[in-house]
Amino acid sequence: MGLRSLLALWAGKLVLWAARAVGRAGSSLPGRVARLVDPGILTALAARTPGGHAVITGTNGKTTTAKMLAGILAVAGQRVVHNRAGANLIAGVTTAFLADATWSGRVRGSVGVLEVDEASMGATCREVRPRAAVVTNFFRDQLDRYGELANTVELVRRGLDRLAPGSPVALNADDPLCAVLGAPAIPEVAAAAEAAPQAGAAAARAAEAGPGEAGTAIRPVYYGLEDTEVATGEEGTADVRHCIRCGRPYEYEVRYYAHLGRYRCPGCGLTRPRPQVYARKVYELGPRGSTFELVTPMGSFLCRLQVPGLYNIYNALAAVAGAVALGLDLEAIRRGLESTGTAFGRMERLEIRGREVFLALVKNPVGYNEVLRTVLSTDARKNLVLCLNDLAADGTDISWIWDVNFEALAEREAEINFILCSGLRAEELAVRLKYAGFPTSKISVEPDLGRALEQGLAFVRPGELLYILPTYTAMLQMREILRRQGHLPPLWEV
Amino acid sequence: MPKIRVCNLYPELLNIYGDRGNTIAVVQRARWHGLEVEVTDVTLGDRVDFRQFDILLIGGGQDREQRLIAEDFARVKGSSLHEAVLDGLVVLAICGGYQLMGRYYQTADGAQLPGLSIFDAWTEAGPTRMVGNVVVETELFGEPRTLVGFENHSGRTFLGPTARPLGRVLKGHGNNGQDGREGVVYRNAIGTYLHGSLLPKNPHLTDWLLQRALDRRYGGEVQLGRLDDTIEERAHAAMVRRLLR
Repeated sequence: MGLRSLLALWAGKLVLWAARAVGRAGSSLPGRVARLVDPGILTALAARTPGGHAVITGTNGKTTTAKMLAGILAVAGQRVVHNRAGANLIAGVTTAFLADATWSGRVRGSVGVLEVDEASMGATCREVRPRAAVVTNFFRDQLDRYGELANTVELVRRGLDRLAPGSPVALNADDPLCAVLGAPAIPEVAAAAEAAPQAGAAAARAAEAGPGEAGTAIRPVYYGLEDTEVATGEEGTADVRHCIRCGRPYEYEVRYYAHLGRYRCPGCGLTRPRPQVYARKVYELGPRGSTFELVTPMGSFLCRLQVPGLYNIYNALAAVAGAVALGLDLEAIRRGLESTGTAFGRMERLEIRGREVFLALVKNPVGYNEVLRTVLSTDARKNLVLCLNDLAADGTDISWIWDVNFEALAEREAEINFILCSGLRAEELAVRLKYAGFPTSKISVEPDLGRALEQGLAFVRPGELLYILPTYTAMLQMREILRRQGHLPPLWEV
Repeated sequence: MPKIRVCNLYPELLNIYGDRGNTIAVVQRARWHGLEVEVTDVTLGDRVDFRQFDILLIGGGQDREQRLIAEDFARVKGSSLHEAVLDGLVVLAICGGYQLMGRYYQTADGAQLPGLSIFDAWTEAGPTRMVGNVVVETELFGEPRTLVGFENHSGRTFLGPTARPLGRVLKGHGNNGQDGREGVVYRNAIGTYLHGSLLPKNPHLTDWLLQRALDRRYGGEVQLGRLDDTIEERAHAAMVRRLLR
């Protein structure tokens, strides 16, 4: 390792040490400082990791999927470099390597599992040179930051283009925006379809080719659900009703939720690919976990997940497809999956003063709807603290809350004692709940997160559940409050 | 029971900025005021007489959807919508819908998407996006009142000599970031860049739309009462305080 890289490493490690000394997680700043000293520091450290790297990207489920894949690798005897707190911009990825490396520049980890923000995929893949990738899904998220959804898909595609030809990439077969990454781009289809919506000859040719065939640089490993009984039929938003390649509306045979399902484009013929990793039958979907039959190319087993919700079955399938891509064996996959608890703030279960408390990040309509579905999967009496911030990392435009199905809470209001609205936009959440038809007598507003937590805990009676559902920055603040009260370990010990 | 017929125009194409919130606000407030409400979704290719409706809502979308809609306006719906606006149809057109009701939208490569020319306004694509919270002061209600919302657009809209702006920007960019104007009002039709969603936290605007619609249909016989808007006004005031301090 050159002198400049060493100086960068030391500068970064000093900042990391100083941050932790004052009780901060220091998840991005050390990386930023090190990159100022040597912009090649991540490239240098990543190249010194013998087992290579897997990157995980997509809108929802990145943190949980990465945690599961890291868990599987750990069971397989690997030491994993992992940005586990979810700092997923390039500075956060760099920090994970700084924390792992020794002062002499030796990377202790044998393999990297790196959660990567969609917009950082290009730069991160250029520097890290991953040998495999996992893409979870694409949902509308933070329009003020990413712009249109098609842009986000394009950003990820450009990142995947940096992988060596033939690299395995785990793709969600049920998400047309994700599956299309495994299909060759056919520009003439788009042109033909726009000129004549009846689909031209080029589109017909594309229909015969199907996804995942000639012309694809990556090797797709598709995953998905094969149990149509868990389909909710709930429709998604407009940006994914029309085929990303040709603009015709998709036709759905089954819709699990939003735009995830068994689809087909009548225009260009894009069809849901058959998954190699799938859930054949879901037996249980409870508030504390689920049970399903998992099928992989190496065999199948009954999988018991400690994390709740259909969305977490998708995350598990993504992690397994990633593990298959990395060549791991079935026993490591089983033990790794079943030993993984919830990730940082993802329906994390806590016990505070004898009360059962769940902390779950909510950051976009589809994720929020799935969390609400999980909240409502039990008929126990419940209390909610909803926290909405509008800082850059949350998305400064909060209009997305009007696409969340809060009406589901209104339908079950008899089971809900109160909803406390908190955060920088607490007042607007209260408006949303009122217009969802939730009784205003059970809505209160307390913008301060600490006081909202206190009030929430004070009103919960024994045997009832308290759900705290914050957006990203509100979750960090809430975790910090819980940490100071001794209910959570510091961030870097997560 | 007096009835309000709401038309959701292109809901499956133009719904990316919480436009659903505006429909929810109109429907809920109409119900709370004791009105019967009927919502009809109208989309590409549907040929309708827009005069049958009382309130028409059209939202914002992405470039591809804008193009589809410009074509549908030109081929199918344009003249019916124009007639209905002249007839007094109440319209709330946001962002993309607002742009397409003007004379034209000029894209970054210089091409012109023709609009309906209902508003004396035109839009040109700009090099940067104008994004953020907005406070506008409007004279729409007789006395100056504020409207709060969120804007996210790269198009710069300019008003012609006969157009009346919806209001004056107190915070944010507005139509074009230059002349301090936001939106447009023509008869009972409003065009604006404010989403967020706009109507839920501006209940006075929602009630204005409803009252105008009732006046057109029932000739002043049905007057809205007052609702308890404590929660809405608190959200409105919180944003005015935060943005104007």
